[in-house]
Amino acid sequence: MLLECLSREGVDCIFGYPGGVTLPFYDVLYDHHIRHVLVRHEENAAFAAEGYARATGKVGVCCATSGPGATNLVTGLVDAMMDSIPIVALTGQVPTKLIGSDAFQEADTFGITRSCTKHNYLVRRLEELAQAVHEAFYVAASGRPGPVLVDITKDVFQAQGHYQPVTSVHLPGYKVFTEGHTGQIRRAAQLAQEAERPLVYAGGGIVAAGASAELKEFVERADTPAVVTLMGLGSLPSEHPNFISMPGMHGSYAANQALTNCDVLIALGVRFDDRVTGRLAAFAPHAKVIHVDIDPAEIGKNRAPDVPIVGDVKRVLTKMNKQLAEEKAPANEKLVAARRAWWQQVRAWKDEHPLQVVTSDSEIKPQHLMAEIDRLSGGNAIVTSDVGQHQMWAAQLVRFNEPRLWLNSGGLGSMGFGLPAAIGAQFARPDKLVFAIAGDGGFQMAIPELGTIASNGLPIKIIIMNNGYLGMVRQWQTLFYNNRLSSVELDCFPDAAKLAGAYGFKGRTIDKPWELAPALEEAVREPGPYLLNVKVTPFESVYPMVPAGAAINEMVLGPPQPVPVPAT
Amino acid sequence: MMQIISLLLENKPGALMRVTGLLTQRGYNIESLTVARTLDPDLSRMTIVVDVESSKRQQVIKQMNRLINVLQATDLTDLPSVVRELLLVRVRTVQESRTAVLKEAEIFGGLVVDSSTEGFAIEVTGAPEKLNEFVDVMRSYGEIDVTRSGSLAIALESKKLRLQPPVPTRAGKVEEPVY
Repeated sequence: MLLECLSREGVDCIFGYPGGVTLPFYDVLYDHHIRHVLVRHEENAAFAAEGYARATGKVGVCCATSGPGATNLVTGLVDAMMDSIPIVALTGQVPTKLIGSDAFQEADTFGITRSCTKHNYLVRRLEELAQAVHEAFYVAASGRPGPVLVDITKDVFQAQGHYQPVTSVHLPGYKVFTEGHTGQIRRAAQLAQEAERPLVYAGGGIVAAGASAELKEFVERADTPAVVTLMGLGSLPSEHPNFISMPGMHGSYAANQALTNCDVLIALGVRFDDRVTGRLAAFAPHAKVIHVDIDPAEIGKNRAPDVPIVGDVKRVLTKMNKQLAEEKAPANEKLVAARRAWWQQVRAWKDEHPLQVVTSDSEIKPQHLMAEIDRLSGGNAIVTSDVGQHQMWAAQLVRFNEPRLWLNSGGLGSMGFGLPAAIGAQFARPDKLVFAIAGDGGFQMAIPELGTIASNGLPIKIIIMNNGYLGMVRQWQTLFYNNRLSSVELDCFPDAAKLAGAYGFKGRTIDKPWELAPALEEAVREPGPYLLNVKVTPFESVYPMVPAGAAINEMVLGPPQPVPVPAT
Repeated sequence: MMQIISLLLENKPGALMRVTGLLTQRGYNIESLTVARTLDPDLSRMTIVVDVESSKRQQVIKQMNRLINVLQATDLTDLPSVVRELLLVRVRTVQESRTAVLKEAEIFGGLVVDSSTEGFAIEVTGAPEKLNEFVDVMRSYGEIDVTRSGSLAIALESKKLRLQPPVPTRAGKVEEPVY
């Protein structure tokens, strides 16, 4: 019956790991058309389901057994919660009559996952199953997307029953606001039109709503530059003339200056995250803020907007675009001049401190690695990442011409995310070239999944940016903890060729800059998986950087320069 | 400041846990919480008093409304409403003070629910501040034990309850299984 529900929800692929109480489910799955991908750890089942969902916008599904299986999903659930990714997690639970008895592999999954999910269910009776599963899919995908968990007892898995199609779900307390207030939308469009220094601040909400085309039309009609957050990269093509890269802690100089100096900030599907805003009081201090979000709780959470709009950003932008098209602003020379000056200023900031690709003759610079990946991707490959230095350099330097290409753990910042997410993405998009970029730390958290990749022959290009350190932690220790490098050095990294070889695919380690381009090309040419271990300069730090607690225009643009010793 | 919230929620397993868990998760301190079924046995009414900065009040309500089992969350702090609490007190008192204790109970509209040679058990309802005064008065007569219900509140103006209609599922669109 469960599989019937999943099938009707259009599920074609489940990432999971079987166990005692899910045996009856796996028995039915044995000859069912839904594909089950056996991962090597449940956490990675959740990450893979996220990768699937992030790459397609469809609901990703993962499955684990009771007890340890379910608790291992938790990181992935929180990750999906933080980044608003629609996934449904199915977990087994001990038989109803054993609940509460500390039975073998029993855990209070329903209680544990309360705060990790948008909603969760405990199904103790067969009659509740179909309703719960269909509700789960509806809740996961609608409104602000998120993870939903359905915990199912073994007796429900074992029970026999005929599936009665659930044609509707009724959640009287679940409000989804989509349209947006017409008057507010009118005000917002007008404000954007009359602004002298307008700026769009677009994020993951654009991706979730599928509103890229509307965003592009809006920035063009309103003639405004746009900063795009880590979660939103690709929602406005990186090559679009109005795009001015990522803002925030490791954002570009131009993006942060633009935020600090704009007079109208049009925030679309963003949540004023601390990594973007820096010191909140100094964030966009001169700006009137228009905030469009589907979740009413995001409006005014961190920054009180002047024009709040609760709605689906796609529909809201469509209406704003319509208004901009119909009601042209009266010609106003002062405004035209102000806009021209604003654009000149923004371009000047871009030219003053661009995001630079650093190269060296003797070592591979991490930025050089990202630039080469960017060259091979051409803005079209799927790129997954973990969290840390490699993530920031990739976000700064790799172009994305479409949404759903850049898949990373943004809000939660989970190490070990990139590799399993790439598995989910490659299953969802077999036609796409997928790069899984990881640091040497995060990669070692995800190593077991090389088995899943090999077993399914997934042609994922695993690129390890190997600096021998937990680079981002080390960067903070260097800058803020007197360079006392405590527990951040990772030695004994395995030989990549042997490691990949042990799984039956190709791998290689390089450390010379002239090897980089040919090695990456070889990886891409390889029809199967490829593990490329790139030894980069160990002591490179990510810049620009906004120190924690500082305003975003108080950026550190580069490493401290050696001070010349005065002649005596 | 103290914020008084009235919640109408579906009477489903885990609903109470969701509310208390959310308050803890977001860092709001629960001062008191009462919950019981409404006239409709499928629904519960909850009155929660939280200690929260006044700037965060709206955010608390919004977070409550995000819960799928919550049908309506209302901030009663500034709305016309009545707040009452029930208090049970057991006071041990000496023979000479018995009449005075009874007199005080009468002033506060209390009801003696038990009387023994040791003292009395008294029931009082009223606004929470008034009950605080009563507790202080009783304490002056001897050793006391107190149990309070936590605040119960009702709005004096009805707010329209907007419920969401059923939504069709994908399952309904498929006539036959898609094998």
